[in-house]
Amino acid sequence: MADAMKSLPISIRSLTKKYGSFKALDQVNIDIATGEFLTLLGPSGSGKTTLLMVLAGFVRPDAGSVSFGDEEVLLKPPHRRGVGMVFQNYALFPHMSVAGNVAYPLKLRKMSKPEINERVKRVLDLVQLAELGDRQIEQLSGGQRQRVALARAIVFEPRILLMDEPLSALDKNLREQMQIEIRNLHQKLEMTTVYVTHDQREALTMSDRIAVINDGKIVQLDDPQTLYEQPKNRFVAQFIGESHFLPVKVSGKKVLYGRNNIRLANAPVSTAQDQLLVIRPEKFRLLANSADNSALNTIEGVVRDTVYQGESIILYVELDAGLIIATRQPTQHSLLAAIPQPGQKVVLGFDPADTIVVPDEDTEA
Amino acid sequence: MTATDNMSARHDSVPAEPNAAELATQGRTEKWRTFALSLPGLALIGIVIFAPIVWLFGLSFLERGGAFSLMHYERLLHPSYLKTFQTTFELSFLVTFFCVVLGYPYSYLMTQVSPGWRSILMMAVLFPFWTSLLVRTYAWLVLLQRRGVINTWLIDTGLIDQPLRLVHNFTGTAIGMVHIMLPFMVLPLFASMKSIDRSMFRAAANLGATPIQVFWQIFVPMTVPGLFAGVVLVFVLCLGFYVTPAVLGGGRVMMWSMQIERSIAVYADWGAASALGVVLLVVTLIILAVVARLFGLQHLTGKR
Repeated sequence: MADAMKSLPISIRSLTKKYGSFKALDQVNIDIATGEFLTLLGPSGSGKTTLLMVLAGFVRPDAGSVSFGDEEVLLKPPHRRGVGMVFQNYALFPHMSVAGNVAYPLKLRKMSKPEINERVKRVLDLVQLAELGDRQIEQLSGGQRQRVALARAIVFEPRILLMDEPLSALDKNLREQMQIEIRNLHQKLEMTTVYVTHDQREALTMSDRIAVINDGKIVQLDDPQTLYEQPKNRFVAQFIGESHFLPVKVSGKKVLYGRNNIRLANAPVSTAQDQLLVIRPEKFRLLANSADNSALNTIEGVVRDTVYQGESIILYVELDAGLIIATRQPTQHSLLAAIPQPGQKVVLGFDPADTIVVPDEDTEA
Repeated sequence: MTATDNMSARHDSVPAEPNAAELATQGRTEKWRTFALSLPGLALIGIVIFAPIVWLFGLSFLERGGAFSLMHYERLLHPSYLKTFQTTFELSFLVTFFCVVLGYPYSYLMTQVSPGWRSILMMAVLFPFWTSLLVRTYAWLVLLQRRGVINTWLIDTGLIDQPLRLVHNFTGTAIGMVHIMLPFMVLPLFASMKSIDRSMFRAAANLGATPIQVFWQIFVPMTVPGLFAGVVLVFVLCLGFYVTPAVLGGGRVMMWSMQIERSIAVYADWGAASALGVVLLVVTLIILAVVARLFGLQHLTGKR
């Protein structure tokens, strides 16, 4: 199947869509490579679904350009774009069987009966529904419907695959299983895929690159690791993963938080003096005392609360300045033997390489 | 299971299944009590619906003296009755057909317009529905008769010279009945159209269907349950319709229901009327059974 498919890159230029005075898309530019799995991630109302609907042809933007390969598609109606799409509620046709749903795009393409049967069989095998071709849609479970929707979207070998929060209706275990399955399928088919989700963990798990969208703008477009470890601004740091923000004064490769001198691995991009130090809860180490490890930055605080969560314990630590931060410690025996109690003083250490400094948008604006 | 076993092992005085018998009795009692609540309703249905039908059924097999006889049924084979039977079905088919032809696009329009327009269209359907059947029927008489509004207008504009025969015949009866029956078609159709998730159409378009293909291959099949509910409702109501055919038919269009009325009002023959009623009931049930067999019972109730 993979060799027969000619997937295409997508180029989005200056895409703008307004609803009244509300800018759903504001000058969006993205280049998506052939065979890439790109996720549009953002809070609800950020414009990520609007962008997907523009790609599918269901929403007419005010201006901009969308090309699949060399071909400008923005003026084409949805049925002539040749993109596969998996809908949030699957949108399976209830008056057709599983095989009927999957065969529908092939019938529209006037393929011969034997070829249709052959392709339907192959794609149902691929999504592990080989036995269920004759079933009615209403007889299927949520996960099975999800697979049928996926099979129907890829059976006609579309040049591009779009997915609109396809896993949001599934329970957690099934969702995680399907994330892996969809990713494996994508690697097998090498189909350019645009995936919309508001679930940051799902985005990190599945994507080659993630475009974080907020207020109709692309805030950051990077691979998952860069996005998590080096967020460019406060919004991305806050939206992806847990973060706490400490207001700091920047001086070269050092920042000053209260009386604490904190070393950085790299100087911040912005030269502004007042910026924010981003702290991820899992980057901290619990140290016995300040002199414990000179390679680490250290900061002192008082434990206010502890929460046991199975694989980790969250310590809520109040820093000198009255700010409470969360730190996540793995539940290893050494920690379980002496869990810090509320009121106890602790020393937290973190590596200079684990520091992130982002501009404080509030003071900038 | 093991938890219970452990418990009984540790506390020998506690039975293996504590309170099992009492809980079972309680469950049974509750079930009966709940059922008992529906007894008044069941009794009412029995007295008001089933008893009269059984009585009617019995009457149709008795001659005037009270002896068993098939004479009422034999008489139905007379050509005049067969003609009535034929008229009833022809008219019902025709009215149902026109209700579909008019009702389907109308319902579709209702799903496409803004909520404001939708309520106006809905009122246009429901408002006549709330006015008296007799008033609406006589209103049609005023419109359709020889010197009525329509004929006068057509002659005044010079489109015709002689007034059209629009009433006291098959045509007039059909026009009136279509008007009366239209809400019964539009309401189930609209309900089924409105319940269709719009993402279905997007999905079909995305898979390569042109707007016309989306309409015929996705939209129409998904409205079939509503369509059948409407068709069966209209057709069955037409079979037994009396008032409108009696007024607009002017005695020239003889419906089955009018034969029933005549048997009682003119000949005071309850046996003959009962036989007519039984035949109508049986034919209706046969039609419903055939439709249910062909298209699935769920279509009759409008469910998917």
